[in-house]
Amino acid sequence: MFGLTIEQLGFIVRGAGWTIVLSLLGFVGGTLVGLPIALARSSNNRWLPRLSAAFVQLVQGIPLPVIMFVVYFGISIGGFDIPALVAAGIAMTLYSSAYLGEIWKGSIQAIPSTQWEASECLALTPVQGFVYVILPQAVRVAIPPTVGFLVQIVKNTSYSVVIGFTDLTYAAKVINNATFRPFLVFTIAAGIYFVICYPMSLLSRKFERSLKRS
Amino acid sequence: MDPIVRFENVRKAYGSLEVLHDLTLRVEEGDVVTLIGRSGSGKSTALRCINGLEKINGGALYVCGRALHEANVDLRDLRKEVGIVFQSYNLFPHLTVRQNVTLAPRKVKGLGAAEANQLASHVLGQVGLSEKADNYPEQLSGGQQQRVAIARSLAMQPRLMLFDEVTSALDPELTGEVLRVIEKLAASGMTMVLVTHEMAFARSVADQLVFMHKGTAWETGKGEILDNPSTPELRQFVGSGL
Repeated sequence: MFGLTIEQLGFIVRGAGWTIVLSLLGFVGGTLVGLPIALARSSNNRWLPRLSAAFVQLVQGIPLPVIMFVVYFGISIGGFDIPALVAAGIAMTLYSSAYLGEIWKGSIQAIPSTQWEASECLALTPVQGFVYVILPQAVRVAIPPTVGFLVQIVKNTSYSVVIGFTDLTYAAKVINNATFRPFLVFTIAAGIYFVICYPMSLLSRKFERSLKRS
Repeated sequence: MDPIVRFENVRKAYGSLEVLHDLTLRVEEGDVVTLIGRSGSGKSTALRCINGLEKINGGALYVCGRALHEANVDLRDLRKEVGIVFQSYNLFPHLTVRQNVTLAPRKVKGLGAAEANQLASHVLGQVGLSEKADNYPEQLSGGQQQRVAIARSLAMQPRLMLFDEVTSALDPELTGEVLRVIEKLAASGMTMVLVTHEMAFARSVADQLVFMHKGTAWETGKGEILDNPSTPELRQFVGSGL
């Protein structure tokens, strides 16, 4: 098919599977770390906003492939031999938590302070006010940019190629080395990336429109 | 009986700008007190001090038996007894009218769903909006939204209600419906402090009218003080037709 063997195509498709796995790791990890970061960023505490801001600045100031290298080789120097998937997963978690944290911080702060005031004046505790009043509104604001960022996560997993993780990009590179048909091979890879990302872009735009309507 | 609100030589400043200056004022249980005055006279600030939204910098302030000038005052506990209605309604847009009204009674007072809904029907009936319980705030007019905000406050069964220019954001033809609800509450014996620009209303509803000027209670009395002001400042304020 397309001048490639079924095995070669299968190898690329398996790579795409790992791309999805790494994307999910990045999103789940990014959520688990990004949510506390968003909360810390918008808290009234003296140190939490500064510490979390420093983390975000640090991660956003380093290119993702360099984060991949640092995590991968950093952990090996510590004497632990970890699979590339774990290193890539940690790097994607760091990367997406910094961005998701910022997106969600913005969503929380987009809710007018008068909503806090109103819940405070009804004798709700700060936690109750956050859970029942602020959060449901912030989630609606956050959904379109969050889904939009998922696309970035999927595309940026391709940087895991630098530490030899067999994702879609790496698999395509391997098959190209065997077949010397770069245009064909990378066009197939591009097509698969597009098929994964395009529905998410559509979804993000749909959410954005429905948010504007209400 | 002690007054429900007692300002004693209260001072409040934002940096070097003194907003309340030596304010002394009492509100007795069951009374309706209206604060009038120019913008910047400190009337809204005074109102917001009563439920602790603003902290005072000097003097003493007692509300519902609590000393708000002391550091360890439990504001949340105070707010179970003191309701406030804002100029901009501040309803929760993601909740229906009924949910807006029942949220605090359920979460703060621990009422069950059935009990809370019954309470909601009662207070929504009081503001004449029983049929809107399942609507969202955005589906209501400004006047209706403000009445829901009043119902939301009433659902906490407060001892004292504060109204901060509650008709200022409304079209003139919608202010009437909100004022009528407040009049009805006043007639039912609710203790209330209102900041308002509706002079005819301020006068008709008030047991005590307070003209605020330069952060203090410049002139205090029954509605008649508007006919016979004893200070030139109030005379000028009345004369300006506000």
